Amino acid sequence: MTTTKRRQIKETGIKLIFLLLSTAAIVIVALIFIFLFREGIPIFKTVSVKEFLLGQYWYPTDESNPDFGIFPMIAGSLIVSFLASLLAVPLGVFSAIYMAELASRRMKEIVKPVIELLASIPSVVIGFFGMVVFAPFLQKTFNLPTGLNVLNASIMLAIMAVPTIASLSEDAIHAVSRELREASYALGANRWETISRIVIPASLSGICTAVILGMSRAIGETMVVLMVAGGAAAIPASIFESCRPLPASIAAEMAEAPVGSDHYHALFATGIVLFIITFIFNVIADYIATKYKQSGTATL
Amino acid sequence: MNKVFNGMLILFLMLSSVFCVQANEIVIKGSTTVLPIAQAAAEKYMQIHPEVKISVSGGGSGNGIKALIDQSTDIADSSRFLKDSEIRMAMEKNILPVPHRIALDSVVPVVHPENILTDITIDQLKGIYTGQIKNWKEIGGKDMVITVVSRDTSSGTYEIWESKVLNKERVTPKAQTLASNGAVAQAVASNPYAIGYVGIGYINKDLKALTVNGIEATIASAISGVFPVSRPLFMFTSGWPEGETAAFLTYVVSPEGQKVVQAEGYVPLYILK
Repeated sequence: MTTTKRRQIKETGIKLIFLLLSTAAIVIVALIFIFLFREGIPIFKTVSVKEFLLGQYWYPTDESNPDFGIFPMIAGSLIVSFLASLLAVPLGVFSAIYMAELASRRMKEIVKPVIELLASIPSVVIGFFGMVVFAPFLQKTFNLPTGLNVLNASIMLAIMAVPTIASLSEDAIHAVSRELREASYALGANRWETISRIVIPASLSGICTAVILGMSRAIGETMVVLMVAGGAAAIPASIFESCRPLPASIAAEMAEAPVGSDHYHALFATGIVLFIITFIFNVIADYIATKYKQSGTATL
Repeated sequence: MNKVFNGMLILFLMLSSVFCVQANEIVIKGSTTVLPIAQAAAEKYMQIHPEVKISVSGGGSGNGIKALIDQSTDIADSSRFLKDSEIRMAMEKNILPVPHRIALDSVVPVVHPENILTDITIDQLKGIYTGQIKNWKEIGGKDMVITVVSRDTSSGTYEIWESKVLNKERVTPKAQTLASNGAVAQAVASNPYAIGYVGIGYINKDLKALTVNGIEATIASAISGVFPVSRPLFMFTSGWPEGETAAFLTYVVSPEGQKVVQAEGYVPLYILK
């Protein structure tokens, strides 16, 4: 056998191995998808999709007359994630601008790793902090009936979303080409004008993607909301009331729900809803990233 | 070559010892309330009798009893007595489920130590948990909103609260639901507005346990049955137990086993010396 032939076989072999490895992820996603739907769909024999999504009451273990309405949980998830992004987006984006445009190299070398370190704090630790330190603080400071509420959960989720948003936005801002900036300065614009009118618009698609990925992380986050949101299955009337986001509901009840019961199927169906929500977020992020992608200088 | 052969021989011997020594196996299934007791007792028992293998799993009282009737478990843990339908099902399959009372479970309402209330009635508790009583002043406390802390509806602690306090009515959706006894204890200990309920083993100095209908929750009052929020916990066997199963159940009700019960936060069947 010639050396070339042997090499060809080796190459095909390696190619095949890599193909298998990369398709493994796809297969796993497909299997999870199938499993999730197979376990979740049967609940719709008991309740209609509309009752499930818009129902106000969640009493899955009521023996005579169970209710499977997840609307309060959907509302809880959306409110908490919205508030969290309200806090995390300015924090994340502005620290990204600072790191990419304003900070000295030495400062950047300190700030960037520290923000990334924030991402590596386990969510259970953040949850524990929210539950044991921040909840009593909130409760005492504002004299509230409870510190385990929407506000607490939003702040904890914001802490978790900031690193994602900051780090991805910084990459996007960093990728804006040098010639754009130089052209701006050449036209007599100062630093602020360059940042606000040139750099940010040019990196907007990247920043939007960062924001949406940060939010989708917040909406899927489980441990923190399980620990600090309070778990009341009612639509919160204010940010000082407790709520129960979707992941918390699944995590709290799944272990005890008898396999194959309506309760079990309802929790999987809750998982489907959560999956669809995060899926929509990711599709939007992808769409923005490709559609408004800045290629060259011509489109600005 | 010799080394490889030796290695294979050792491996073969190890495998055959795993398969040949028929461990006496006991299967336990059922109530998640009883699960911690069953698990801890099984671990202790297996330390004393290494030749016995006990596998413990949860799934709920109903599933445990179903498994007992299907003969897929030796012991069914249950936090309640049999239902009529279950007795009928057992009769059809010619099975006689025998209850063994192995412990008591008492759940105590707790408030923040600053709360001026010391006693509460079952009706007041019901009012608070169904959402009719919203302020502490309605039951003789300060003018403060009540923060109702409950457990997720699948937990065994919630189950006893539902049967003894709520009497099948629904908890208000405004109630916080926390995931464990520990979380409830923590939330109530740090919040003067809150009321919660925990297993008797979780009461500590940071919580104020309320007396219910004037009766203090103690091990003695739970054993004598005067404390209203308590219930017996069972292990069911199919027919009178024999062999290893009988030995294990004897261990559970022995003072050694009852120490395990108390250590897990439940009430033993008798006062331990």
